[in-house]
Amino acid sequence: MGVTHPQQTSSPPALELRGITKRFPGVVANDSVDLTVAAGEVLALLGENGAGKSTLISILYGLYQPDEGTVQLGGQTVRIGSPAEARKLGIGLVPQHPLLVSRHSVAENLALGGGSGLFPARGVAGRVRELSEKYGLEVDPTARVSDLSPGEKQRVEIIRALLGGARVLILDEPTSVLTPQEASGLFRVMRELKADGRSLIFISHKLDEVLDVADRVTVLRRGKVVGGVPTAGATRESLAELMVGRGVDFTRKRGAAPASREVLLDVQGLSANGSRGLPALRGVGFTLGRGEVLGVAGIAGNGQSELVEVLAGLHPARGTVTLDGQPLTGGAAERFQGGVAHIPEDRIHSGTVPSMTVADNLALRGYDRSPLARGLARDLKATDERARQDVEQYSVAPPGIHTHSRLLSGGNIQKLILARELHGNPRLILAVHPTYGLDIGATDQVHRVLLERTQEGAGVLLVSEDLDELLSLSDRIGVMVGGELRGPFPVSEVTRESLGLLMGGAHPHSVPGADQGVVA
Amino acid sequence: MDNIVVEALIRALSVGTPLLLACLGAIINERGGVVNLGVEGMMAVGALAAFAVASSSPDANLWLAVGASMLAGAALAALHAVATVTLRANQFVSGLALALIGTGAAGLLGKKFEGLPLFNKVNDWNLGGFIINPFTVAALLLAVVMAFYLNSTRSGLTLRSVGENPAAADVLGVNVGAVRIWAVLAGGSLSGLAGAFLALSYRASWADNMTGGLGWIAVALVIFVGWRPLRAVLGALFFGFLYYLQFRLQGNSPVPTEVFNAMPFVLVLVVLALAGLRGQQGDAPAGLGRPYVRGER
Repeated sequence: MGVTHPQQTSSPPALELRGITKRFPGVVANDSVDLTVAAGEVLALLGENGAGKSTLISILYGLYQPDEGTVQLGGQTVRIGSPAEARKLGIGLVPQHPLLVSRHSVAENLALGGGSGLFPARGVAGRVRELSEKYGLEVDPTARVSDLSPGEKQRVEIIRALLGGARVLILDEPTSVLTPQEASGLFRVMRELKADGRSLIFISHKLDEVLDVADRVTVLRRGKVVGGVPTAGATRESLAELMVGRGVDFTRKRGAAPASREVLLDVQGLSANGSRGLPALRGVGFTLGRGEVLGVAGIAGNGQSELVEVLAGLHPARGTVTLDGQPLTGGAAERFQGGVAHIPEDRIHSGTVPSMTVADNLALRGYDRSPLARGLARDLKATDERARQDVEQYSVAPPGIHTHSRLLSGGNIQKLILARELHGNPRLILAVHPTYGLDIGATDQVHRVLLERTQEGAGVLLVSEDLDELLSLSDRIGVMVGGELRGPFPVSEVTRESLGLLMGGAHPHSVPGADQGVVA
Repeated sequence: MDNIVVEALIRALSVGTPLLLACLGAIINERGGVVNLGVEGMMAVGALAAFAVASSSPDANLWLAVGASMLAGAALAALHAVATVTLRANQFVSGLALALIGTGAAGLLGKKFEGLPLFNKVNDWNLGGFIINPFTVAALLLAVVMAFYLNSTRSGLTLRSVGENPAAADVLGVNVGAVRIWAVLAGGSLSGLAGAFLALSYRASWADNMTGGLGWIAVALVIFVGWRPLRAVLGALFFGFLYYLQFRLQGNSPVPTEVFNAMPFVLVLVVLALAGLRGQQGDAPAGLGRPYVRGER
């Protein structure tokens, strides 16, 4: 490690896949995929959900065996039987969701699967500091993983791959959990690694980032490579078109907001403690108008989750909240009856019951009332009937309404939740990261559905980490910092950069364009 | 006054010894992610195996008897390992079955040993005036060694990681199943050893149901001590002391003995409730009780 190999045009590529085909029952996940990465190159792998990126990564990391095709490392054909073998061959993976032992220290995590027989964590700490300095990967080896931010956990994963001697590093949607500032930190690290002669495969949905950090892009669609282009000369629009096979509209999805709106939701002096007993909301106050989309930006853990949970009736708080002039009280079920829909942050575990069928998940709201129940008994016929309608209307693509919802892809689970929550025309829609991890097609659909509801007078509180999404959908945007709400500001007065600075804790007055705090 | 304190300590250590051994056994398999509720059963077969070997002839080797107890405990635990690790059965149900099988089998096979003499028992050591049982010394040493093993060796780190997040260990090439099987076998052998103490030293005889619920208390003790071997020493002493108190109070009291016999179990409930109030369940290894299936979300 640490030796830089001079790039020679004649030498074989660091990694070369030829004719990789992988079939699952009913689908061809990868259809004779060819892909090469040179030493000292960043290759972006683009594709919608279900395009075959995950399968390809799983093959590279030894989790699946290809049905056909070969993998070559530096010109040698290799068979990768397991993740451990992949690591030995110099292939490292930085997974989207860190695979770390939260209770253990950073050093203990890095010593797992290696390290000396006695005091394994001690020996590792020194090498961690070495790598930290060399590549700018700041992390404290003695810290407990549960205390780390998502960005720090990611750095631990990168260091782990480097400790394993990775020459080829796969980064699976690494920026999905990072703030814009943290993401640029990651890109600096990626450039350092590239300068060191390592090969990087970068997976992202965010086209700006791909254009920023990658040298070349390979686009997958329905399991096939549909294009490979150098990023020099490519644009967001050209890449998006390659990905989905049609032009995608990147302009703002909403017209200008009307001068005044009737107040729908009025929140005053809202304070609450978080799950650890520390203050999570400190005197949050704002109004949300009928038909308005209010965006809430912020780095995870600054009170956004608590704000939504309080409004949904899942978390106790002090302060006053009125909906259409009536105090908003009661538990989550009562509030839903009163017109508050909730699209939760963790769509798999809070949004659905993975082990229940699609039909039952769709009936979670209202299973005990007409028309889904008659007296004490559920009306299963009506439940199935409604499920079929929902699946049709929201184009959820499950194999059937009686399959378990855990078998659905993320996009389809989200559509299922939307269908359920938007029954009965809610007045207030609380949407948290509604399109996180969804492909462009599904994202488009979620956005369209939400905007349709605002046409009908519903107010949407949209919490998102995707600034493009907030800027494209919101009428006003507030930023949560340390449990306080900065703003909200009219969307015309903020930019990605100003929001990023506010998220980082900068005072509104010091941020250009964000100094007109209060809007009626 | 001094005499009472010393006597209380000696008695607490004495009853505390099988509790400590069994508790350490349970800690090792639970830190690896496998709950084994069958401690009582493994103790029973351990006690019987030790007694059977030790009473076989006047010059029977006591080391052999101890070895037999550990083998018997591990053999019963092997059933649990196959059921829960290889076949991914529910750990709680399998453990309960193990407790019933173990106590039942020991009772049945042990009929012919009831009332038999033990030719030579494991005697206490006199360490400069301080009388202590070799099993107690072994249990205390074991607690220290286990704490070091878990915290400061690579193998201990691997075991803990498997118990916390088996998927993370798996991608790094750790054989999760093998680690868990070894942890369950080690736990079983220590439960068996706890039984040997009862048969070769504490009771120095064989009687049906001689474990008398100590195995169940050991299971609860694991939670009480937060899965930490050194704290297990204090926890075992504490419960040993409660047993001593029970004997003392029982002698001159109009209250039926059954009430006193039930006391340790009532206390287990109280102590667990206290542990729950302090949020101690949060100390449980994150992967505890869940079979590991690669690739499941």
